Amino acid sequence: MSKYQKIQSNASTLSRRGFLKAGSAAGGGLLLSFYVPVAFAQGAQKPTPYVLNPNAFIAIAPDGKVTFQIPQAEMGQGVYTSLSQLLADELDVSFDQVTALPAPPIDAIYGSPRGHRMGTGGSQSIRSFYYPLRQVGASGRAMLVQAAANQWKVDSATLRTESGQVIDDTHGGRKLSYGELAPHAAKLTAPQKVKIKDDKDLKLIGHPVHRLDAIEKGNGTAQYGMDVRLPGMKFAALAASPVVGGKVAKIDASKLSGNLQLVQLDDIVAVVGPDFWSALKGLRALNINWNGGPYAHIDSAQIWKDLRATSEKKGAEAVAMGDADKGLADGTRLDVAYELPFLSHAPMEPQNFTVHVTPGACEMWGGSQVQTGAVAAAAKTLNIPQEKVTFHNYTLGGGFGRRLDTDMVEKAARIAQKVDSPVKVIWTREEDITQDMYRPAYRNVMSASLSPDGKINGWMHRIAGGSIQVRMSGKPLKDGLDRGNVDGALDNVYGVPNFRVEYIQSEPRAINLGYWRGVAPNNTIFAIESLMDELAIKAGKDPVAFRLAHLDATPRLKACVQTAAQKAGWGSPLAARRGRGICAQFAFGTYIATVAEVEVDDDGEVRVHKFTSAIDAGRVVNPDGMIAQLQGGLIFGTTAALFGEITVKDGRVEQSNFNNYRIIRMSEAPATDITVIKSTEAPGGIGEPGCTAGPPSVVNAIAAATGVRLRTLPINRDLLARRTA
Amino acid sequence: MVTLLINGQSHTVDASEDTPLLWALRDFVGLTGTKFGCGIAQCGACTVHVDGKAVRSCQLTIGNVGAKSITTIEAIGDTPMGARIQKAWADIDVVQCGYCQSGQVMSAVALLSHTPNPDDSDIDAAMSGNICRCGTYVRIRQAIKNAAKTV
Repeated sequence: MSKYQKIQSNASTLSRRGFLKAGSAAGGGLLLSFYVPVAFAQGAQKPTPYVLNPNAFIAIAPDGKVTFQIPQAEMGQGVYTSLSQLLADELDVSFDQVTALPAPPIDAIYGSPRGHRMGTGGSQSIRSFYYPLRQVGASGRAMLVQAAANQWKVDSATLRTESGQVIDDTHGGRKLSYGELAPHAAKLTAPQKVKIKDDKDLKLIGHPVHRLDAIEKGNGTAQYGMDVRLPGMKFAALAASPVVGGKVAKIDASKLSGNLQLVQLDDIVAVVGPDFWSALKGLRALNINWNGGPYAHIDSAQIWKDLRATSEKKGAEAVAMGDADKGLADGTRLDVAYELPFLSHAPMEPQNFTVHVTPGACEMWGGSQVQTGAVAAAAKTLNIPQEKVTFHNYTLGGGFGRRLDTDMVEKAARIAQKVDSPVKVIWTREEDITQDMYRPAYRNVMSASLSPDGKINGWMHRIAGGSIQVRMSGKPLKDGLDRGNVDGALDNVYGVPNFRVEYIQSEPRAINLGYWRGVAPNNTIFAIESLMDELAIKAGKDPVAFRLAHLDATPRLKACVQTAAQKAGWGSPLAARRGRGICAQFAFGTYIATVAEVEVDDDGEVRVHKFTSAIDAGRVVNPDGMIAQLQGGLIFGTTAALFGEITVKDGRVEQSNFNNYRIIRMSEAPATDITVIKSTEAPGGIGEPGCTAGPPSVVNAIAAATGVRLRTLPINRDLLARRTA
Repeated sequence: MVTLLINGQSHTVDASEDTPLLWALRDFVGLTGTKFGCGIAQCGACTVHVDGKAVRSCQLTIGNVGAKSITTIEAIGDTPMGARIQKAWADIDVVQCGYCQSGQVMSAVALLSHTPNPDDSDIDAAMSGNICRCGTYVRIRQAIKNAAKTV
């Protein structure tokens, strides 16, 4: 066991024990749960490396080293770093003393202040935890100050703190370190009402800091679920039914060698061996016949036929302002539809989970975006109480929504039930791509009208696609509306007087749906910003000027558009077949304007040269981390625009690996120029909005370069190739 | 039984000769810094050095390695070039999820070892076999240039 794993399991044990003490008190109000005195000093049977854990988030060792238990999953977005900044600044400790570890799976203590559950998605971490974790840090600081005041027998109000020390200026500047004070502070009740720092006193929040995981991820020591090693551990390779709902019909296992174990389940075949290669070879030597079931004859063409037909029906109303039908009847009308394909997540770390099933209990190791959801999934699969499941969450080799689902936990638990030792169940890349929970295919049916003055008078946006909420919950929609599918479409940032958004459910056969980076806005923003460009062209206006003329009611977005356009040299001449396109968006609480500059060659191949973005995300915790998320998000979205498409034939997903499910490579990656607009508004999300900004700006730039409007993704190179008649 | 020279040490592994070096490193030797990403040499997460050259370890069987010298991410920091690249990576916070970065670092070290002052096309050629799903390419490119300046 590596040093890291030891620390991690100690932390889990510590908090689990703390939770047992705190559990009853934690049932009350939301904020209370942050201030629950874990009081392990009373409950601990043996000493631990931690001497202060006033509220389940903070531990301070005698040498002053600080450990934070972070409720959100680290999947690359830098959340261990940014949430640690919130705690460390208010606690008043140096950032180089800080270590971040995953919090154990306990909703009552670590659940989001918004959702009351642990979960990392929807660009919510900073939006949910910005103030609560600052208060946690401030509460911890107050306890340390009180401990010093007790020791010195002075009024705590006369003391101040600095970099992990309490200082008494009225007595010659005497000092006590947090490490010395921690055992005493641990016995105090955590104050429930604390004052957080004034903006001017912030030292870490709003200032760029280095990622806490920068070193370990550059030298191979970072531990992912894939890297778990346990005594006696075996490895499993699996093949699940290639068709949703299919079953194993027949297996020929005559070639399986004696040191391998065959696990045959209803819809999964696995081979267990002493190492992964042996297991995989064994699996590949099997001859498996599948009974594909009712979806075995479904192709993409049928799915799209269903979706297109359904999308023409009236949907459930999500929002209405003015009278859209009347507005559409008055003016020059444009009717269009935009279509987006199914997408796979394809995180670099293929799905995997390590599970050890023992009589009546289970222990598991892996990376999840829903820690308590993973526990619940294992408990349900194994038919044991959740308290009997011990889960060690690891840093994630990419999430992008894939690890919001728990199918990888369930599959591993089902296989582990048949194995007498811990077993690491590893999906091949082929399994990862063909057994994904895919971003829904969407059809956006849209209508808009222009007044003679060039202003938009009417707007109707109907979103048709499958419901992830329904797939996950198994419950039908209330009144036919899935709010998760209309996000990004409702805000009417352009102030259209007659405005309506609808949703209509159309469940695809043969495809399971899941949340994907950018969630609904990666569809809705594409549709909105494509239509805005088409309207600008119809009105004879410049796309930037057209948007600015509609943004008086949304000044923060207007400022982003102005800044991005200016920085990108909007309007300056470009070579033939080069073009610029803009996307303006409000999504996940963040305003971004993005200008893409692209070049289209004679074969229709598109090179995205550069993105120029201006972002107003309100209060920012780690400015450099935010820029990194925007850089990465833009590229993630561009991959989808240029290449992303999952298709189905005979009920089976046709793409299987990076050779036929392409990801942007270094030679294709655009440069980025990002301007952060300073703001003291509420913090916005940043993990996803870059992703939603990529495709529309690219497609609008392609239109500018070629005159060809693409209304489907991924881009169709045949339409862009320059024909010689 | 196959004997491999890994990071300057001899390791005898009880694995069949057709085992890819990737899985021998991870499951037999316990060096998990080298990552499995695709298994078909499309992503570069498994990149190691064999006699100083960047190689996709998912495609090289241990039976074919012979006495060649293997260097993995765990030891590349002990070389001056490896240390320089890792520092350049940390200086500008290249990593996000980090899963591909072992391979990125190994490819970058190989590049700078042979091409001390790479231009953009050199970087494209050497690094385009390494996929980063988080999209850290902008910073990888910058970190390589920064490291080259310190050569």
